[in-house]
Amino acid sequence: MHAPAPVALKILVAGGFGAGKTTFVGAVSEIKPLRTEELLTEAGRPVDDTSGVEHKRTTTVAMDFGRITLRPELVLYLFGTPGQDRFWFLWDELASGALGAVVLADTRRLRDCFAAVDYFERRGIPFTLAVNCFDGAARYPEEAVREALDLDPGVPVVLCDARDRESVKDVLVTVVENARGSRSTSAGTARPAACSATTPPAGW
Amino acid sequence: MTAPEDGAGRWYDDAAGPVVRPYAMTRGRTVSTAEDRLDLIALVVAAEPLTSLPGGAHGLTDRSLSPEHLDIADLALRSPQSVADLATGLDLPVGVVRVLVGDLLAAGYVHVSRPVPPAELPDEGVLREVIAGLRAL
Ligand SMILES: Nc1nc2c(ncn2[C@@H]2O[C@H](COP(=O)(O)OP(=O)(O)OP(=O)(O)O)[C@@H](O)[C@H]2O)c(=O)[nH]1
Ligand SMILES: [Mg+2]
Repeated sequence: MHAPAPVALKILVAGGFGAGKTTFVGAVSEIKPLRTEELLTEAGRPVDDTSGVEHKRTTTVAMDFGRITLRPELVLYLFGTPGQDRFWFLWDELASGALGAVVLADTRRLRDCFAAVDYFERRGIPFTLAVNCFDGAARYPEEAVREALDLDPGVPVVLCDARDRESVKDVLVTVVENARGSRSTSAGTARPAACSATTPPAGW
Repeated sequence: MTAPEDGAGRWYDDAAGPVVRPYAMTRGRTVSTAEDRLDLIALVVAAEPLTSLPGGAHGLTDRSLSPEHLDIADLALRSPQSVADLATGLDLPVGVVRVLVGDLLAAGYVHVSRPVPPAELPDEGVLREVIAGLRAL
């Protein structure tokens, strides 16, 4: 093989329960459920502590998985992180080598994304906070969200509509730009993206 | 973890049931033979011995290979396939794909190109291309 090695990049999509992760991944890629069957003991992780299943060795975790083929040898993969806390050992694998992450926040339940924010901060993985514009949710100004989540000034905060392809593309561009910025300078590029304030398409 | 005290039968509860079958094609092996666990985005590319076969990977007469091995090799002939692509494309659990790819790797039928290590970033040109590519989607 003399061709340059193909390049694969991954971006994680995290957020609280129902924050729009699946919708987000589906807006820009053909989404497929990825089944991982984890042997908890062999992974060297504590066995899940849900009562009554102590004897269980394996657990099936389904993740959202999307592929964006930029050219045959350059592919961007999106992984929707599993929501439950007990699968956080899977995040470690996903996070390793990730270009960056998106944390989707629903302003009606902003606390739900604390765990994800905390996780990426601790591991020094550059992330972008994307405020998903659900109907009827108060439109928090960027600064209010930043303050409520106590975000570092280098973390981009953008508004998005996870159903809208263009909006999701903008968020992903911000993630990549942020990754680029985190190499040379310490600050990322905070670029407010427009939230489509219009009513959702009929039938949604 | 130790076996439950009330008998080995409990290993095969309903929750564990579906897991047993896919691992049959790996002859029960659950740990990939590749040195370290293959990343979900590690890219599998068919090696030269396969590209020269007229019938593609299915032209191989290696009897140690299962149809699933050949399916993986065939997909990898067409374009680079990540472990995650193979799992969704062939509807196999990731763990099974890891084992099968490990076999193909050991036999020299595929190469695997590993993702950029966590501490590094892909080069500037690649990132610029990704941004341009995303905008053009
Ligand atoms: N109005 C509006 N609705 C949205 C948006 N994003 C997602 N939804 C809706 O919110 C609901 C939850 O979205 P999902 O994409 O399933 O959320 P999720 O994060 O994958 O949920 P879990 O996997 O269950 O944690 C669905 O009914 C979506 O249609 C958005 O930007 N605006
Ligand atoms: Mg979901």
